[in-house]
Amino acid sequence: MNRDDRTPKSPRKPHAISRRSFIKGAGAVAAAAGLVRVGPAQAEEKTLPPGVVEKLGPEAATIELNINGKLAKLEIEPRVTLLRALREHLGLTGTKLVCDRGACGACTVHLDGKPVTSCMVLAIDARGHDVTTIEGLGTPTNMHPVQEAFVEADAQQCGFCTPGMVMSVAAALERNPAATVEQIKHATAGNTCRCGTYPHVFAAALKAAGHASGNA
Amino acid sequence: MSRRVTLNLGFQGNTRDVTIDIPNDEPTPWQWGERLAVVGKPTPRVDGPLKATGAAHYTYDIELPGMLYGAILRSPWPHARIRDLDLSGAQNLAGVRAVLALDDREIRFAGQEVAAVAAISSDIAADALKLIKVDYETQPFVIDMDDAAKDSAPRVFGGGSNVGRTSSSSIGDVLKGLEVAASTIEATYTTAVQTHVCLETHGAVASFNAAGDQLTVWCSTQGVFSVRDDLAVYFSLPPDNVRVICEYLGGGFGSKFGATPEIMAAARLARAAGVPVKVMLPRGDESRSTGNRPNSEQKVKLGVDRDGKLTAIDLVQRGSGGIGGGAGSAGPFKSVYRCANIRTQETNIYTNAGPSSPMRAPGWPQGCFALELAMDEMARKAGIDRLEFRRRNSDNPVRAAEYEIGARAFGWAEKNEPAKSGGPIKRGVGVASAEWHAVGVSGPEAQAIAHRDGTVEVRVGTQDIGTGTRTVLAIVAAEELGLPVNRVKSEIGDTRFLFSVPSGGSLSAPSNSPAVRQAAAHLKDKLFRIAAPILGAEPGDLEAADEKIRVRTNPSRAISFNDVCKRIPGDSISAQGERVPNYGGFRDDQAGCQFAEVEVDTETGIVRVTHVVAVHDAGRIVDPLTARSQVNGGILMGIGFALFENRRMDPALGIMVNPTMDDYKLLGALDVPQIDVTFFEVANGITNTGVMGLGEVAHVASTAAVACAVYDALGVPVRSIPMTPDRVLAALGHA
Repeated sequence: MNRDDRTPKSPRKPHAISRRSFIKGAGAVAAAAGLVRVGPAQAEEKTLPPGVVEKLGPEAATIELNINGKLAKLEIEPRVTLLRALREHLGLTGTKLVCDRGACGACTVHLDGKPVTSCMVLAIDARGHDVTTIEGLGTPTNMHPVQEAFVEADAQQCGFCTPGMVMSVAAALERNPAATVEQIKHATAGNTCRCGTYPHVFAAALKAAGHASGNA
Repeated sequence: MSRRVTLNLGFQGNTRDVTIDIPNDEPTPWQWGERLAVVGKPTPRVDGPLKATGAAHYTYDIELPGMLYGAILRSPWPHARIRDLDLSGAQNLAGVRAVLALDDREIRFAGQEVAAVAAISSDIAADALKLIKVDYETQPFVIDMDDAAKDSAPRVFGGGSNVGRTSSSSIGDVLKGLEVAASTIEATYTTAVQTHVCLETHGAVASFNAAGDQLTVWCSTQGVFSVRDDLAVYFSLPPDNVRVICEYLGGGFGSKFGATPEIMAAARLARAAGVPVKVMLPRGDESRSTGNRPNSEQKVKLGVDRDGKLTAIDLVQRGSGGIGGGAGSAGPFKSVYRCANIRTQETNIYTNAGPSSPMRAPGWPQGCFALELAMDEMARKAGIDRLEFRRRNSDNPVRAAEYEIGARAFGWAEKNEPAKSGGPIKRGVGVASAEWHAVGVSGPEAQAIAHRDGTVEVRVGTQDIGTGTRTVLAIVAAEELGLPVNRVKSEIGDTRFLFSVPSGGSLSAPSNSPAVRQAAAHLKDKLFRIAAPILGAEPGDLEAADEKIRVRTNPSRAISFNDVCKRIPGDSISAQGERVPNYGGFRDDQAGCQFAEVEVDTETGIVRVTHVVAVHDAGRIVDPLTARSQVNGGILMGIGFALFENRRMDPALGIMVNPTMDDYKLLGALDVPQIDVTFFEVANGITNTGVMGLGEVAHVASTAAVACAVYDALGVPVRSIPMTPDRVLAALGHA
């Protein structure tokens, strides 16, 4: 299924991603040298006059990202994905790289509350957005209800898909706390589990949703 | 120094007393009907919170100070000789710290390792690979198994034939068995190459000390000790100077044993660069180069007499694991059903494709698919009910009981009716039999430690491939010590712990749990010696239960486990246990059966599995919750093999065309049927725990059950998997 189908009705409107547009005719030299782009929402509104474009790269640039409610400063090349920024620059290794092309969901994080595959988002495009990772959802001693349900229902085997699976389920329940098993199946259709843990994922999601029976 | 014990063993309605000799210091094996406190109770996995919060550290998550990122250059050609390798471009790139030519100059598949680099970032490492110049002398190659078997085919290995020696087995006289049969069938079945698709790719982080004589490797492996031994040999180091750590790994399924090329590359780059190096494979490399389940072509003949008893089973099989071997699939033909005349012939064909490696019950899902679909074709021709046909030809009492449990849970009697709907969606049901022999092996040793603060640890050099090893071992130790599971910590995944065997062949639970139970029993004896004088009793009169140590005949005379631990003279007290050889006991095999229901759209050819009932025995089930996860996984991987998975090679270019996870089709959430699992407990007495492995037996029959259900739905068999829509339509004559 298409990931767009599961766009949540977030109170915060995702903006810069949908507005992402490259300025046409910016010049072959500039395009080859790096990325020429409209600034992200906040920067654009605050600092860039209309029509003025921001040039980044190919060398590393300093950017700020809002990760799990905290502002983080990073020095990264514009080609670095949000996933790699999280893992290699911020030490947030709970988010996993598996397919590296948005096909498996292991790198799912929330961008303004919406699940996205962070391997398909450039870190610079996450500026001005609220990023929530698996670490921001809960910790081993203070788990989010979805994480607790995953443990109780044993919705994990090798555990490598688990962070992404948890993020997809949490987003689904955020937008519909009474989600049915069919809705959970659709919400996790973009998450691959090679161990085949899906039945327990469905059970965990129903448990977290407050359904009496967790049997899927 | 052994003692003789008589144990009541068996299963519901079929138990008997068996007398065995066991070592004196071995705890008495659990018997049928044994009342246990925590073993057998659903227990969430002990490392669940770490996994669910992203806090579990996999090899892929290891970052060391000053660490470099490695990358591997691979041949784009399926068959070539490297005339010249110019590494200077990579060596001169800023940020590159080490460049290596890998050993082999003969390229036999597209994706074979050629060179490796280590750089200060993964991007620079990737850039450096592009600067390596390789002069390949390309050679003729062969991808297709039929082509490879021809005399005129390009040779994969120099002068030798591509056709390996045929492995044959024979009992009775199969030709005579076919001759005397009242009815026979003959058909050819094929299965595709399947890849493991471990979510965590193969890889390692390697670090040498400054002197270069101590190597530490974190790697994604199913066998830390097997990696240690390979590295020690390669670097001429004493095994104790090599430490291998794998706390968590993101899937293995048989593809992660020993020091595989990427582990070797990480270690060699680390030695060359003098700093730690991390090599984790990109997805495409993982798909092309780290292993696969070989394909198969299976020519099957069955004969049956007037009573519905098999008179002949004949298999002529070929398969190709690329440049690897092990393509046989005869296992199920030789042992699932009783027959006086069985002949099997297996031949491995070499092709210029990535090497095979073991994959979950190697050979069995392929063999079971062909055997069970042939059984259904035979039953239909002979006019016998398919389940009844299997009952008549299986003499395993465990499976006989499991057939009845499964048939009831599935509603076989009602669903196995010829009346099918008139519309384009056809429903069908199938049943298939499983078998495995996950009795485990001797070899592992375990350590159990009680600390003054009352916490207990068990340590074993095993690893958890996702099956819940930590949890199973903690439960077993907790049972022996009379503690709740959360008071026992399992430490695994490190060659600093005592030796254990690789986690493959469903070995982990049956090989490690008896060692842990013995270690815990020995620790308990030491704690009894501390407690005895306090309780005014002999150590031999004590028992551990409910977090107390107490007098067996007078449980009110008790001291808490914690208070005993406070009297430990030092910081801790520890004991060892060993896994002794199997005793024999009741039975050392596993049966099992699975029932499947499918819906097939005869207009589109799309198959949907709607319901699976699985009945499995694995001796004593330690944790039904994590055990159920394993069975679900075995079934779903089997459905994927039946319907979706297929490594595709371009015969003209010799490359894999679907190495990505969007092109290689895996089962997803929307393909998951209702699954009902029943465990059939067997007290087998083969070890002190009687635990057997479950990962493989749960996978053996799944593909076959689906194929049989599709045959039932359509009235014609689909003899090639994956049963993609084109094949379903072709079977219906709509192609």
